[in-house]
Amino acid sequence: MVPLLTILCCAFGYGAERLRFAGDYRIFFGPDNPDFVANEDAQATFGKPDNIAFVLTTDEGSIYSQSTIAAIHDLTEASWSLPYASRVDSLTNFQNSVGENDDLFVEDLVPDPSALSPAEIVRLQALAEREPLIHGFLTARDGAAAVVNVTVQLPTDVPNITSTTVVAARELRAQIQRDYPGLRVHITGVAALSAAFEEAGLRDSSTLIPAVYALILVVLLIVLRSLVAMASSLLLILLATFVGVGVGGFSGVELTPISLAAPTVILTIAIADAIHILAGVRSRMWEGMERKMALIETTAVNFAPISITSLTTVVGFLTLNLSDSPPFHHLGNMSAAGIAAAWFLSITFLPAILAWLPLRFRARNRASDASRGLLAVVEEIVVEQPGRVACLVAFCCAVLIALIPTMEINDQWSNYFDERLEFRQAIDTADRYFGSDNVEFIVDPGESGAVTRPDFLATLDSFTTWLRGQEDAVAHVFSLSDVMKRLNKNLHSDDPAFYAIPESQTLASQYLLVYELSLPYGLDLSNRVDIDRRSTRITASMKDISTGETRAFLEEARAWFSSNGGGYELEVTGSKVLFAFVAERNIEALFEGAIALVLAIFAILSMSLRSLSIGLLSLIPNALPMLAAFGLWALLVGVVGFSVAAVGSVAVGVIVDDTVHFLSKYLRARERGDSVEASVRYSFETAGTAILLTTVILAAGFALLASSSFKLNADLGLLTALAVGLAMAVNFTLLPSMLLLIDRLRTRFSTAPAAPPERNLP
Amino acid sequence: MKPPRPLMIGTALLVLCHASLLARANEGLESDDPTARGYAIAKRADESDAGFGSSAAQLTMTLSDSRGRETTRELRIETLEKQGDGNGDWSLTRFFSPPDVEGTKLLSQARVLKSDNQWLYLPALRRVKRISSSNKSGPFVGSEFAFEDLTSNELGKYEYIYLGEEDLDDGSRVYKVQCNPLYERSGYTKLNCYFDTETFQSRRIEFFDRGGRLFKTLDLLEYRRYPKGYWRSHRQIMVNHLTRKTTTLQFGEFDFGVELERRDFDPSALEIP
Repeated sequence: MVPLLTILCCAFGYGAERLRFAGDYRIFFGPDNPDFVANEDAQATFGKPDNIAFVLTTDEGSIYSQSTIAAIHDLTEASWSLPYASRVDSLTNFQNSVGENDDLFVEDLVPDPSALSPAEIVRLQALAEREPLIHGFLTARDGAAAVVNVTVQLPTDVPNITSTTVVAARELRAQIQRDYPGLRVHITGVAALSAAFEEAGLRDSSTLIPAVYALILVVLLIVLRSLVAMASSLLLILLATFVGVGVGGFSGVELTPISLAAPTVILTIAIADAIHILAGVRSRMWEGMERKMALIETTAVNFAPISITSLTTVVGFLTLNLSDSPPFHHLGNMSAAGIAAAWFLSITFLPAILAWLPLRFRARNRASDASRGLLAVVEEIVVEQPGRVACLVAFCCAVLIALIPTMEINDQWSNYFDERLEFRQAIDTADRYFGSDNVEFIVDPGESGAVTRPDFLATLDSFTTWLRGQEDAVAHVFSLSDVMKRLNKNLHSDDPAFYAIPESQTLASQYLLVYELSLPYGLDLSNRVDIDRRSTRITASMKDISTGETRAFLEEARAWFSSNGGGYELEVTGSKVLFAFVAERNIEALFEGAIALVLAIFAILSMSLRSLSIGLLSLIPNALPMLAAFGLWALLVGVVGFSVAAVGSVAVGVIVDDTVHFLSKYLRARERGDSVEASVRYSFETAGTAILLTTVILAAGFALLASSSFKLNADLGLLTALAVGLAMAVNFTLLPSMLLLIDRLRTRFSTAPAAPPERNLP
Repeated sequence: MKPPRPLMIGTALLVLCHASLLARANEGLESDDPTARGYAIAKRADESDAGFGSSAAQLTMTLSDSRGRETTRELRIETLEKQGDGNGDWSLTRFFSPPDVEGTKLLSQARVLKSDNQWLYLPALRRVKRISSSNKSGPFVGSEFAFEDLTSNELGKYEYIYLGEEDLDDGSRVYKVQCNPLYERSGYTKLNCYFDTETFQSRRIEFFDRGGRLFKTLDLLEYRRYPKGYWRSHRQIMVNHLTRKTTTLQFGEFDFGVELERRDFDPSALEIP
């Protein structure tokens, strides 16, 4: 039996071989997410804007020195060799156009930095500061930083391509910093973001998961004081994790920091199952029962509660599939598989291995006596004063729930990453000078050649001016209208009077043709204007503002455009937009999921406990702690990312555990004919320790997730830990006091006390 | 037996002569040195086109993006065969559509290792503008073709390394030759060129970017042989593997009969409608 199951689980675990890290931030968005669809459409038209941005600063303070410009030049040249680089933009290769008599020269702004004289550098700086497509985009407005922006077309079918690219970028940086001491280079950009997700995941799996294991082992050893018990629980956890992760591998999951929480989740829940069995066996063996008998009886007694809690937890995790974000589906499915395996193993494998290994328990330890003492105090208070306890707990919960609306949801992805991570430091630096993320405004009049219409370009120009006025939100605006104005000037012998939108459409399209014919490899306009010349995009580099502020800004931009946009339609996309609405979309979907989950739990509990009223009653201790946890979070932290949407599904399944164990013991006593009060006392005595123990373990396990360098996981872990803790409190106070109160009310008002309607058990 | 001696000698001479001619044509083709062999193949390809003088052809350029959205451009290209060392073919391209650029003419005097000389006539301005250019590597009017892909394959543009023989999908046998660009500002690190073993025409070219990765493939299809023996492909498809955009050039009949001269390829001639 034992070897057979071990082999079976390991076979599942083999699927883990196929797991790989997702190298693309896009995985966070479902294929039907309308924002995502719009973004993909835009990318099909203008190319993927995935990039690596080298942000350069120097000890000297200003980048306008011969050596720094030489460094920019070298880095620009070298960047072309980065994997799948399709475009490199910097101060030195900016395609400067100059009109001289009848010639149009389009050339690198700094073709050869070695020959730059101080006077030329002064002229260069003046030119850069006048040019809207350099100033604030390729060089910082205060001259303290410059950027070399590399657009990469990463194929989706090459494994680990994002991290390979970022590694190559780091090598390039090392080389350039060797050549130019005193130069500081940070690496940001969308490719670096995707790689950072991967690195955060790796970091978690190499530090966090071992930490959780260590914690659990220590707790187990302290509580159970048996090496055999600890070792067999460890085996159970490992095998259940193999199954969960293996199922993920077989179904082609791409790992993200979010789905990497699955092993931790499986571990904590598997351990809870094991504890119920082990604690039961232990107390029976203490009572002098023979080992085999103790195992058989414990397994029999715990079969129902373990099955119910496993089922509700599995259902809870499966509702994550309603989320808009695939990583949550992965987390849900991997956890569900692992939990199902843990359930099966804890009623088959665990008793079998315990029967096989020499299991002994030392004498009762003080820790459990202490917890027993504490529980006894709670038990006394609840039984003596159920009314007051119920009122107090209900009041506290009400206050906390009232605080929920003060919670702010923010998915500023820069904040997902801990300040310890290099990427976070890079964004913080880059943001000061260039902004950190883009919003793309796409205007598509839907007619070939429309982008060169004078009224269209004028609309573009005034929108660009409006955007530049939004200084709190916008760091820089890149617009075709600037290119057109410059070309008009160039083709009129650089006469400043002609720095304006060309007066006719034919003129504008022919200018564009000249310009296009003059641009070198990789620096064409295909990322700005579509092949049919019918649409263009204006790129706003955004400051690192919160998602709430982003939404407000987008609202204003849309409003401005609808009244001043000359009847054209504005489409808004970009990664900043994706993240601005990701929480909303996930919460919407998961709210429906939560309702379905509550109904499912109600159905499962009503059926398995065979009482409709108990099923209804159980909803209160299940839902309240969850809501109260959100309230407590609002009070303590106030801000949360879109992972908040998953907390409900993850926590509810765990919380139900407490209620089920408490109620099943209560009902067992009631069945024996005990009074309500005696049954409550019986529940405290039989289920109390196990509930306390599992709560401590679960809360500790989830709380450890809080040390993740990835904020979404940290939030998820802490919130779940809070909810689990509160759930225990509610189940020890509100649940029994309600049972007692209802009983008192019934005896007071009932005309037929002989047949209480609640006792529909045989 | 009275063998007609002079005739025999003549025949023998002729055979010898022919053999040596053949040998000269095949010179280097069997060489063990991959560089010499690669060069010999490219030279044969180049020679197969020598002496065409001038030609003209109408052409439709179809651009399509990764979602298959398409747009077309109508052009006519007149070509004057290269004259003198260091020069490539000269070409005059007239744009007929899109309508906004109708009447625009691009004159390009290709040079092998230097930037080309280019002038553009803009009807909206009624002016000829000289355009600068280090742009040989840049895309031609938003297509996946760079200037350097369109201008004829001058021998001196590359260093050649013979890699072997292969079969194409249609079963025809080709020489695979690696071409390393000698032009300093080329957008490519190398090309893999596939020459037909029978006609020595270029059948496929694979382009490798500055990072050394394959990023474009050009297939030259629908070859036809014109009366004077010159081969022309009538359909060329360039696929960009990174952006998944494609550009198709569909040529009409090549007209080798047009009488074009140097002065037709002078900037001042551009203003003549």
